[in-house]
Amino acid sequence: MSRVIDRGAMPFVASLLLLFGTAPAHGAANTAKPLQVFAAASLADAFTELGHLLEQRQPGLRVRFNFAGSQQLATQIEQGAAADVFASADERWMDYVRERGLLAGEPTVFVHNRLVVIVPATNPARISKLQDLAKGGIKVVLAADAVPVGRYSRTVLRNLSRTDGFAADFAPKVMKNVVSEEENVKSVVSKVQLAEADAGFVYRSDITPAVARYLREFEVPASANVVAGYPMALVKDAPAPEAAKAFMDLVLSAEGQQVLQRHGLMPLVANGP
Amino acid sequence: MADPASRPPRPSLASFAVLVAGTLLLAFLALPFVGLLLRVSPREVLARLGSAVVLDALRLSFVTSIAATAVVVVLGIPVAWLLATREFPGKRVVEVLVDLPMVLPPTVAGFALLMAFGRAGLAGRGLAALGISLPFTTLGVVVAQVFMAVPFMVGPARASFASLDRKLLDAAATLRARETFTFFHVALPLAMPGLLAGVAMSGARSLGEFGATITFAGNLPGSTQTMPLAVYVALQSDLDAAVALSVLLLVMAFGLLLGLRAAPAGSFWGRLDARAPGR
Repeated sequence: MSRVIDRGAMPFVASLLLLFGTAPAHGAANTAKPLQVFAAASLADAFTELGHLLEQRQPGLRVRFNFAGSQQLATQIEQGAAADVFASADERWMDYVRERGLLAGEPTVFVHNRLVVIVPATNPARISKLQDLAKGGIKVVLAADAVPVGRYSRTVLRNLSRTDGFAADFAPKVMKNVVSEEENVKSVVSKVQLAEADAGFVYRSDITPAVARYLREFEVPASANVVAGYPMALVKDAPAPEAAKAFMDLVLSAEGQQVLQRHGLMPLVANGP
Repeated sequence: MADPASRPPRPSLASFAVLVAGTLLLAFLALPFVGLLLRVSPREVLARLGSAVVLDALRLSFVTSIAATAVVVVLGIPVAWLLATREFPGKRVVEVLVDLPMVLPPTVAGFALLMAFGRAGLAGRGLAALGISLPFTTLGVVVAQVFMAVPFMVGPARASFASLDRKLLDAAATLRARETFTFFHVALPLAMPGLLAGVAMSGARSLGEFGATITFAGNLPGSTQTMPLAVYVALQSDLDAAVALSVLLLVMAFGLLLGLRAAPAGSFWGRLDARAPGR
């Protein structure tokens, strides 16, 4: 032994052995493929609950989630991430994935969402109505334009500018107050929750029980609000297509829709045709 | 235990292992960069340079990382000197504290900064009373960069001070030089190569800072969107722009590290070294 390997090199040799020695073991460990659901950040709570439900129904099945901004998920799928289901917060990023031929089925809208304005419970800027967002010096946080909720927020602002009771320059004035363009809706929530920002635009469903006591909510008038349709679809070359179909069936079932509704989303039936 | 006679003639398994490990590691480090460079043409990178978003981000990155490096130098070098030359109670705690930002996930650091310097944070409330607000400001970007860059300055500076010849410092003391004089006229010039390494490392770290910045200072073009944030945002909407920005950032970081690495061997510092007695 001592003749072949001098002692100074032992750590190198050991690390090489470690490197190659462990590689095959990893591949063999996971025989049952877990279901990989790529879903918009705003679905985190509702989908996690549905995932647990499916795991109870189908023993042995494991459901894994990748929650992020829809735009990020679309890029990941484009770059070859192994996904079974893609659930986007808007049509734009679903179309992006479909146009690249990365879907195995037609997208189905499974739930709707709407926007609200949140302020910290302490309300440091003393906002008492939506019109106050245009006052000078208010710190407003939005999601970036690439994020679905960011684009919806800008649409809502433009709609409000044309609504009775709002000034025509409401939207540009609020945009001037924007201090940060966050990369996903949950970051908007946390900036407001921590009272760093005075107000933010988020989905109604983002006011989860965990954050509700830190926030105050202002409704956006229905005439100016957007109804965001969430599409989901089976991804091409899904590693676990059967489980993916089971999950999507659960989401569309009456039970699944109830879960979504409980998390502040608008189920399909309640929303009409 | 190794048999010295048998070593030189045949290449040992050990040297083969070193070669394999070295090749693997270098390929692993270089391949992603090569991939980036092959993805876009230099012309494309230059074309992107002209866009307002890129120019804003570039300017902001330069200004903030230079400011952050200056702060880290001014505050870090005295602490490094103290750690290299003194024993005091609680020194271990200070050492750990200084190293902590290096191992902390940057997002956690950004969140911790909010807890301290945010509007509702421990020190933030006092700052707010003075009319100073850090989150969502360019100053906040600098604060995040300083926090993350400190260990990269203190570490090399401390090692550099610690490796100085004690006899030179003692000689200065026997000539009744005050410690401040010794520090500025003996220790600082002699330790310069190590200090410059610290400047390069902390500067590069500031330039690349992402997680703490986006968490603490937010993301707004022109005021808090530095190059790494611009890359991240572009990555979600315009992949080609993201690649061009990445290449730009890569070239800048590479140049910075290479340039300052070459400096200590250059004539200026060489002459300084030559002047030092005993070398």
